[in-house]
Amino acid sequence: MSSYHLDHLEYLETEAIHVMREVAAEFERPALLFSGGKDSICLLRLAEKAFRPSDIPMPFLNVETGHEFPELLEFRDRRAKELGAKLIVRTVDEAFEKGIAHPTPGQVSRNQLQIPVLLAAIEEFQFDCAIGGARRDEEKARAKERFFSFRDNFGQWDPKNQRPEIWNLYNARVNPGENMRVFPLSNWTEMDVWEYIKKEKLEVPNIYFSHERECFRRGGQWLPVPPPHPDGTTPDPYTGARPKPNEPVKKLIVRVRTIADMISTGMIESKTDTIDDIIAEVSAARVTERGTRADDKASEAAMEDRKKAGYF
Amino acid sequence: MSPSPHPIELLRFNTCGSVDDGKSTLIGRLLYDSKNLMEDQIEALERSADITGGGQINLANLTDGLRAEREQGITIDVAYRYFATPKRKFIVADTPGHVQYTRNMVTGASTANLSIVLVDARQGVIEQTRRHTYLAALLGIPHLVIAVNKMDLVDWSEARFMEIRDEIENFLPKLGVFRDVKFIPLSALAGDNVVELSGKTPWYDGPSLLGHLETVHIASDRNLNTFRFPVQWVNRPNDPTDHSLHDFRGLSGQIASGIVRKGQEVIVLPAGIKTKVKHIWTYDGSLDEAFCPQSVTLCLEHDIDISRGDMLVGVNNLPGRSSELSAQVCWMHQRPVQAGKKYFLKHATQTVQAIVTKLENRISMATLEPEAEPAALGINDIGGIRLKTAKPLVFDGYTTNHLTGAFILIEQGTNATVAAGMLAAPTEAAKPEYSDFAI
Repeated sequence: MSSYHLDHLEYLETEAIHVMREVAAEFERPALLFSGGKDSICLLRLAEKAFRPSDIPMPFLNVETGHEFPELLEFRDRRAKELGAKLIVRTVDEAFEKGIAHPTPGQVSRNQLQIPVLLAAIEEFQFDCAIGGARRDEEKARAKERFFSFRDNFGQWDPKNQRPEIWNLYNARVNPGENMRVFPLSNWTEMDVWEYIKKEKLEVPNIYFSHERECFRRGGQWLPVPPPHPDGTTPDPYTGARPKPNEPVKKLIVRVRTIADMISTGMIESKTDTIDDIIAEVSAARVTERGTRADDKASEAAMEDRKKAGYF
Repeated sequence: MSPSPHPIELLRFNTCGSVDDGKSTLIGRLLYDSKNLMEDQIEALERSADITGGGQINLANLTDGLRAEREQGITIDVAYRYFATPKRKFIVADTPGHVQYTRNMVTGASTANLSIVLVDARQGVIEQTRRHTYLAALLGIPHLVIAVNKMDLVDWSEARFMEIRDEIENFLPKLGVFRDVKFIPLSALAGDNVVELSGKTPWYDGPSLLGHLETVHIASDRNLNTFRFPVQWVNRPNDPTDHSLHDFRGLSGQIASGIVRKGQEVIVLPAGIKTKVKHIWTYDGSLDEAFCPQSVTLCLEHDIDISRGDMLVGVNNLPGRSSELSAQVCWMHQRPVQAGKKYFLKHATQTVQAIVTKLENRISMATLEPEAEPAALGINDIGGIRLKTAKPLVFDGYTTNHLTGAFILIEQGTNATVAAGMLAAPTEAAKPEYSDFAI
């Protein structure tokens, strides 16, 4: 009987496909959060496997901070087009104009500001479910997350009162105004994601591979130098994220291990030109991928606090 | 099917036991000693040790991810951890010990191949030990490990270990469903017998805990005999990219058990119509056969009206079909259940209305014996109930088929998941109403 066996990637894949089909079957207006990052790239392939030859029965949604790597946006737009999916983009800048969000004094990172923008988008399109690429191995508050994670009328997560999730019987029922966040990659590790990208021959944005880039040292990390702001009439969106005189700029061979925006992503020095190189690097890594994320370092409960407020 | 001759298997296990038995510490130890911890995780541990732990690293902080858990020093919710050795990949569900979180223990254990029940060597067998062992048996987890922890605090006494072992072996026959049961003496805090065998237990001739987890035989845990395919999503493209597929009508789902082959006869239930599998469609190409738990899309010989909630089965070993059901439930909500209450019942891929018609019994955790006709079942109670559904279910007994024998109850209005249920074997098999499909 040994031939009737799934290896661990095949097991994770069939579990994720089952979850995605439950979403399509149980919700009226689901969306799929697609940023162009490695985890959401896997989500797209899983969606193809779950729904082809039909169209993927949900639009893609992305919230931009305004500080994105341009390479990522190009990749995101192109992939959505190739798959024939509708891509909805909402931005923090628009939210400022509409009064949905307000700049936080003294805070350059717009990571937190994605929360009201996401919640407003969910309300605008009446989404009752958003599929995301979060994984439990990323962070210890995420380790407590369900596949189907219920959010109340305010988009809040209540970690002490989660619905028990038994077998593969997901309770997808929500009342009007409430919604569900669904995480098909819950059981995947960073290594599984790269192994899957390799197995499925998936294209990833080139910033995952080594390239030359101007960086500066801050908070124990190499941060990318933001793009120039030649326009003298509007405020520089990267104020505070530019290197200070005592932070010398160096040209380095770097890549990203995990992508937030340019302000929250530490670059790692690396010489990796292929997916195999990345897999070798991940397996030899001695820090977690979130170790390069400035947004998680705020406190031990940084992620828990953001998730309670409605973060993905 | 895997291209490699030695695919890496995935073992899912959960840890349970009473508060302070050292579950989280044990997982921390497994990760730490098998070199699955990263520097920033160790740094974070050391940082919190300096602040709160008087310099002592607290391995439990690795899994206790919520602020309230760290404050109270207890595990509230299931935490999932992932680690790998060259032999296997592991998914660990660290499940809470407090009685009020038993529902989360059921959550963590429902998908496990193996359950580790921790026993504090000083305390011995307590009610939580019985409850968790009973739950593991009730959920049909095939493999059980009794980890007798804190052996260092009883001077590695073989007599104490044997005493605990005897007491558990006394009540195990009442449960009697495990494929194998292993007793391991260890110290999670010091690491003895966790990853490496310890010199402190010369009287113990078994494997270390990790050694057992790496080698326990799980390949025959799955049911490959009886084909069951709950239809999850009807795949009917409006405008397929491939024009040769303009008549495509597929039934998407995950095979719950058994094997399906191209050309095979199947019966569509509850309609009772017999047809053939024309095509096993996947994104990666057509298959000649598929097996559980693969997710596939089946195309049938005849164009029959089939929707989500229907089930395709093989022609032998038919499941039951009934709207009157008998089940064991684990109650998971503060609001107790009494006879006469109505719920939504989700079974495989369908949700129907159900009414609880009778409470048959409640299992006493002290004796593991049923007490007949309780007035109510409250949170964390386990008992037998009878149900009537608005529409007949096509089902198997949970002990023969987990995915077609399990259900959850959902409270109407709040949508809270209030119970996990396991169906008793059907009294009679579904009778196909028509022997063959006729146009």
